[in-house]
Amino acid sequence: MALQSKLTSILGVLTSLLLTFIGLTAITFVIGRMMPADPVLAIVGDRASQEVYDQVYLQLGLDKPVYIQYLRYLEQLVEGDLGTSIMTAQPVLDDIIRFFPATLELATIATLLGIFVGIPMGVLAAVHQGRWPDHIVRVISLIGYSAPIFWLGMVALLIFYANLGWVAGPGRLDVYYDGIVEPTTGILMIDAAMSGEWDIFHNALSHLVLPATILGTFALAYIARMTRSFMLDQLNQEYILTARVKGMPEHKVIWGHAFRNVLVQLITIIGLTYASLLEGSVLTETVFSWPGIGQYITNSLFNNDMNAVLGGTIVVGACFVGINMLSDLLYRLVDPRIRK
Amino acid sequence: MTRLKKLLLSLTVLAAFGMGSSQAATPDNTFVMAKDIADIITMDPAEVFELTTGEIIANIYDRIMMFEPEDLQTLVGGVAESWEVSNKGSTITFKIRPGLKFHSGNPVRAEDVAWSLQRVVKLNKTPAFIITQFGWTAENVDELVKATDDSHVRITIAEEFSPGLVLNAMSAGVASVIDKELVMSHEKDGDLGYDWLKSNSAGSGAFSLKTWKANEIVTLDANANYRHGAPGMKRVILRHVSEPSSQRLLLEKADIDMARNLTPDQVKGVMGNSDISIDGHPKGTIVYMAANAGHPILGKTEVVQAIRNLVDYESMANSFLAGQFVVHQAFWPAGLWGALEETPYRQDVAKAKSLLQAAGHGDGFELTIHTLTNSPFPEIAQALQANLAQGGIKVNIVTLEGKTLWPKYRAREHDIILARWSPDYVDPHSNADAFAHNPDNRLEAKLTGVLAWRNAWADESSNMLAVKARNELDLNKRRDQYLELQAMLQKTGPFVIMFQQNEQVARRKNLQGFVSGSNFDLVFYRNVTKQ
Repeated sequence: MALQSKLTSILGVLTSLLLTFIGLTAITFVIGRMMPADPVLAIVGDRASQEVYDQVYLQLGLDKPVYIQYLRYLEQLVEGDLGTSIMTAQPVLDDIIRFFPATLELATIATLLGIFVGIPMGVLAAVHQGRWPDHIVRVISLIGYSAPIFWLGMVALLIFYANLGWVAGPGRLDVYYDGIVEPTTGILMIDAAMSGEWDIFHNALSHLVLPATILGTFALAYIARMTRSFMLDQLNQEYILTARVKGMPEHKVIWGHAFRNVLVQLITIIGLTYASLLEGSVLTETVFSWPGIGQYITNSLFNNDMNAVLGGTIVVGACFVGINMLSDLLYRLVDPRIRK
Repeated sequence: MTRLKKLLLSLTVLAAFGMGSSQAATPDNTFVMAKDIADIITMDPAEVFELTTGEIIANIYDRIMMFEPEDLQTLVGGVAESWEVSNKGSTITFKIRPGLKFHSGNPVRAEDVAWSLQRVVKLNKTPAFIITQFGWTAENVDELVKATDDSHVRITIAEEFSPGLVLNAMSAGVASVIDKELVMSHEKDGDLGYDWLKSNSAGSGAFSLKTWKANEIVTLDANANYRHGAPGMKRVILRHVSEPSSQRLLLEKADIDMARNLTPDQVKGVMGNSDISIDGHPKGTIVYMAANAGHPILGKTEVVQAIRNLVDYESMANSFLAGQFVVHQAFWPAGLWGALEETPYRQDVAKAKSLLQAAGHGDGFELTIHTLTNSPFPEIAQALQANLAQGGIKVNIVTLEGKTLWPKYRAREHDIILARWSPDYVDPHSNADAFAHNPDNRLEAKLTGVLAWRNAWADESSNMLAVKARNELDLNKRRDQYLELQAMLQKTGPFVIMFQQNEQVARRKNLQGFVSGSNFDLVFYRNVTKQ
């Protein structure tokens, strides 16, 4: 009985996953086809003769109804072929393998910054509600929320790269190091470390610090504010009062009782933050010339490069699904009620 | 020490000593430039029509005829050592330079030259029209373009064309000479190596393509055996930096040698830096307005003439366009052979009003200007909005990405388009054919590559003069005919030509020898040196 129930549950999850991806690609496909940008002109250029234009129009299958085009795409997808990008002339899968790790690297460091700085900040603000630590956290969060990331990036580059020279400038790596390390994971720091190229590791880290920090301020601001709000809610509960009356040390009250009870909510917030960063932050990627998935999808969208847009959408969708599943697992770890 | 320990140690050292920036300057034998290279979609000379790739393939492939960086005004033989025109200009025989070699080590043969042209015609990609206009088709090109022996190629022009024009066209990207043997070894399903050549190179030019990572980097390696001698730099790197402010910071920190896309403000900003020089390179790109002649009001010559008199050219050129565009009012760019350099129009509101009155629109009217989203087009559109308002014309502005704007333009769905145009090759016919020659104005003719057609404008005398100049054998007469044609269009055409680009390039002072000519593909890296 238990096995059957488990199988039904797995089947349910798989069906839901399949429907999610079909829905995601179908909606993206239809929106893409409704956009006024002309994918043929993206290939042939605006000066092309009508003859050349028509030739490519037919090659792309644009003469067929949208649903047929979509079904053809799905057919291709089932065979593991994401098609070729118009803008890069490369298979979309190769592009994703090249662009996604850059975003993964950036988003992961930014999220870690959000977690390890944002959560203590949020707890501090909640514990000292209305006093100066709370005000400081509010100001920092406000900056993280409201300062345009483009502006923040340029100012940071000006100070830490141009004036102080503490970090490297735009790009993932100095050009002289390009192509030296064989991409295994696509995450430069890991690849460099694996090959024992410590100069390159150092250079890659130096390039990563600034964009990751800038992107991290957004994650930090959000996580800090949400942590504060969740913690305030818990700190006003009667069980906290009881713990304090019983003489429990304050740090145990805060971290052992109140904080443990906000973990489930925090996991959701962190998961959503991470997933949104994995979509790619176009502005951060632009300022820092970071060849990530955000720029890739945006450029492709502007050029109606549907194979690339759909490939990117599938990756982003997979990230959301994967992070949701991970969150579900983590809920079980931190909340005994769910385990039961 | 385990890898993990090394990693932790490195992190600690980094934290202790600050992150440490990149090295202070680019290597002595490498030329690094920052440029927005997002427009690159192919490296195949039969298909390349984008600005960045145009200049890249100019450095990878030698063409049959060429303008060399040492003298950008004179057309000389590239792969061709000499040429002979016969049969009243309908046949040209090229003698191929002996001893030339491709990067692969294969010899450059007459067969490669003929095959390169045949391949362009057979693939029939966008730039193919530059040579298919000579009457070459996939069916006849093997006969009309032929290697007659090991060192001679004979081309036969099936249409009536000035041989001067044909020779100029042989300096375009489509006349790049390709290593047949290498490319055909990568042929798939009869594609003439198209798929492979999209991201590889097979030339005999000063550089070969090492890597192209889209939206990231292009690396070129020097060809030490180049016929003019080894290039000054062993490697050239084009780094994709789309944000001009980031380009400026990189240049000031000497992490790059050259920034190609600085805005006027940024150019002004770096002018005070004693390590940086600003060079101006007049380019063939012109900025123009085009009025749809199918529009009930804009179809009237007096109205377009009134608009020409309302535009305050000088104010724009001296303010927000400072240094990057100069006033130019004819369809062929100044500085090139056959260009009309007179600028007869200044803002004259009274004259414009009287012209509008005469056209029956003295009370003004409303129109929409469609233009591109990237600078300087929105700024120019706003200035035009203010200029035209002085004549009672209310302007709405719509800015669109190129891929959205061009379909509207090609479908004649505009009032006025504000856009740019660069010659496809260095001959006035290139622009005359677009601006002045519309042999069939019917909607169903779909001559969508022709600007005159896109604006529903056709004029018998303009058509005749464009064809006459195209076919003229006498060079002096030909030049005069183009001057006359440009003057004619300045008065009667649907175009208000306003500016010509002056590319401002910011470079570190220790870098010399970068040559950027009038056309988009006349950019040369081989003379670059560092002191």
